[in-house]
Amino acid sequence: MKEIIKMMSRPMNWLEKMRKKKKASLRHFIGLGLVFCWLAGLAWWPTLAKAAETEPVIAIKGARLVTVTGSDIPQGTILIKGKYIVDIGPSVTIPPEAKVIEAQGLVAYPGMIDGLTYLGLQEISMVRATVDMRETGNINPQVRADEALRPDSVHIPITRANGTTCALVAPTGGLISGMSALIKLDGWTPEELVIKVPVAMHIQFPMMRGRYRRSSRSVSGSKRIKELKKLFNEARYYEKRRLAAQKNLLLPYPDFDEKLEALLPVVHGQLPVMISVYAEKDIKEVIKFVQEEKLKAILYGVHDGWKVADEIARAGLPVILDSLYNQPSRWEDGYDALYRNPAALVKAGVKIAFSSQSASLAKDLPWHAAKAVAFGLDQKEALKAVTINPAEIFGLGDQMGSLDKGKLANIVLTDGDLLEIRRHVKHLFIEGKEIDLSNYYTDLLHKFEKRLKEK
Amino acid sequence: MKWRKFVGLILAMVWLGLSPLGAGQDLFIKNGTLLTITQGIIHGGDILIIDGKIKEIGQNLTPPKGIRVIDATGKYVMPGIIDSHTHVALSGTNEASVAISSEVRMKDVINPEDPAIFTALTGGVTMVHTMHGSANPIGGENVVLKMKWGKSSEEMYVPYAYRTLKFALGENPKRANMMGFSAQPRYPQTRMGVIAIIRREFAKARSYMREWERYNQLKKNKKLVSFILPPRRNLRLEPLVLMLQGKMVARCHTYQADETLEFIKLSKEFGFKIGAFEHAWEAYKIVKELAAEKIGISVFADNWAYKMEAYQGIAYMAGFCAKHGVLVSINSDSGERIRRLFNDAAKTMRYGDLSEDEALKLITINPAIQLGVQKRVGSLEVGKDADIAIFNKHPLSAYTRCEMTIIEGEVYFDRAKYLEEQQKKAAAKKPHKKGGQK
Repeated sequence: MKEIIKMMSRPMNWLEKMRKKKKASLRHFIGLGLVFCWLAGLAWWPTLAKAAETEPVIAIKGARLVTVTGSDIPQGTILIKGKYIVDIGPSVTIPPEAKVIEAQGLVAYPGMIDGLTYLGLQEISMVRATVDMRETGNINPQVRADEALRPDSVHIPITRANGTTCALVAPTGGLISGMSALIKLDGWTPEELVIKVPVAMHIQFPMMRGRYRRSSRSVSGSKRIKELKKLFNEARYYEKRRLAAQKNLLLPYPDFDEKLEALLPVVHGQLPVMISVYAEKDIKEVIKFVQEEKLKAILYGVHDGWKVADEIARAGLPVILDSLYNQPSRWEDGYDALYRNPAALVKAGVKIAFSSQSASLAKDLPWHAAKAVAFGLDQKEALKAVTINPAEIFGLGDQMGSLDKGKLANIVLTDGDLLEIRRHVKHLFIEGKEIDLSNYYTDLLHKFEKRLKEK
Repeated sequence: MKWRKFVGLILAMVWLGLSPLGAGQDLFIKNGTLLTITQGIIHGGDILIIDGKIKEIGQNLTPPKGIRVIDATGKYVMPGIIDSHTHVALSGTNEASVAISSEVRMKDVINPEDPAIFTALTGGVTMVHTMHGSANPIGGENVVLKMKWGKSSEEMYVPYAYRTLKFALGENPKRANMMGFSAQPRYPQTRMGVIAIIRREFAKARSYMREWERYNQLKKNKKLVSFILPPRRNLRLEPLVLMLQGKMVARCHTYQADETLEFIKLSKEFGFKIGAFEHAWEAYKIVKELAAEKIGISVFADNWAYKMEAYQGIAYMAGFCAKHGVLVSINSDSGERIRRLFNDAAKTMRYGDLSEDEALKLITINPAIQLGVQKRVGSLEVGKDADIAIFNKHPLSAYTRCEMTIIEGEVYFDRAKYLEEQQKKAAAKKPHKKGGQK
């Protein structure tokens, strides 16, 4: 984002310089102000230092620790200070000021990360007034998911109560849908929710038509690639023309184009594209396309992944799977094609992550992973695909996705296997803060439990 | 010589007609963990199936000579799953052009070639209540089918189930979420109109019924019989007459608690029976009333918030209602969700804290009771139809997979065999594909 802002402001630079020359006296005044601020800061320093010292310390004691990146610890302690895990292991000294959570019999996992959701963008899917993830038109690289986030969505607390602590929120629709944001599932304002933005530019390829599905989308994959190439070239020329105009006062500046502006970090290979692509032929073409254009890319959906797993692995592209609550498009592929797809991709060496592709059913993320295990995926790989893998795919592998010293304290404590349906989340921590597990579901339930008690 | 062939053909037809249609097969299931539903769990249990019926259940049974034996060692055997609300195996769902379409019958549009039948089998589903849609306050007559993939509609049809008529309240009959052609205004547009139009039809049906009663009375008088004419038949009202006579029950699509209560009132006004409320996402608000009236619900586990009236549909609902005396079944309403109803049942343990036994009932015996077929299916009991699903892990585990689905002793889905066939097909296809690419 910073690059975009810089570029947007660039045309103005020379004008500003002219203006600034006349404002030397103003600069002196600002200088004095800064000195004053520094002095004031010194006066405040002791209180600030004190705040740092009183960062809350929490010890989760006695749980089985599933670290994901290392081996499991049958019984151990996690020490949290402020936002971070400061110590973890079988024998950790608990400082006296720590709040101790007795977790014997529980299992600690890193909080799950959902590879793609509509959390905060969609409340009720059929009520248009509450749906904000699908902009009209075909080319919308300029729209950003974080700018429409609704922190008060009822779906956020419901989702985290099932063990998800972070989620990618992405726009959809058209050919280029816009930019996604990674959020944590706790916060009062959009700014508090957002961890990283933009994470990726989202591009859509059509789903296949087949015996199972009657898709109305009929634009072929190669047509889309032609359109994208044309757009990306336009963006490159747009930048060239602007650079030329900056150097040469006689050349006119190109008219500001928000869409091409937004595409510049993509064509520079800085901002990844996340391409929703399903059919074998399209996947092949997309791989060729991202290589030719030298893009950073993540594949999404990839229903036919098992047919081209080696090619995806060779290209080094990570895959985020869409909801497994889908059916294969082709009868011949077998009823279980989408269920065994994750296992086939992992076997070929592709890094995968799961996604719920939903807002109201984002809580189901662990069960998508479990379904893939039922059809051949290694259980540990499934766990990685909802924790460390998405963290790494989104460039945050050093901050989250496992129970490790120095990482953000995003921790779930369950009374059983995290990916099982028959288990309950007992405690949840997001960035070191213990989260209230009550939500819209439990509020309504309690309200009507009360009715039953009335005589 | 032609007549001989003709006679032969007739004889063949008579023979086919006499042979019991869809008669079941013999089968022996060995050494599985039997989740009987009504009689607890039998570890290392065997099931003897003769003529498609369960003949014996227990440990250490001896299989008769020559019978096909299925080894269920390490596997879980449960009664076939029953989906009490779906629209699979039909070539039409909604007769949405009119508000009242009670003359429509799903029995007339059974599509035995719908791939969703096979999809259902891959999730252990053996029986479905496949229904008219919810576009109309009064839709059409639903039908109960067994998922006999590859057989004819006649063989799939279950004649001994309740006759049920679809009703719908709320947003769908109001056409609240419709766009384009379907958005054309049609009475009713409000919840008031929906109840009013149903009341109107029942009132019409009542007078139509009386007209017939009067005619039948008069017909007995031999002097009068040549002077009177029978009333004109009204196919639209006839199903409602059957309801007034208690020969058919209502299956009513409803969301909000208030409209659900209104429909109960209406049923008392006219004296018809409610088989179950469909979806009933706010049933947890009126658990008292539902339990008192002994009206069951057929609901989603957690598919919610897709429209305004589903916005208070909490995942705790099925479990909560089941615990407080309401007969609950979990349905799919989908050709995709139908293959993971066992996952949906497990969700009532996560939300609602039901026991394993209670959770399994929601997809077996409870829907059977709601359809009036509990004497034939819904549990593993001697004398019942051998409709059985076999899973590799406990069916309520998220890691489970359906391995085999059996209807009346006949194996309709066998995963191992299916994979073999898929491999064969792939092997046969490969050289051709390479040639094509050149």
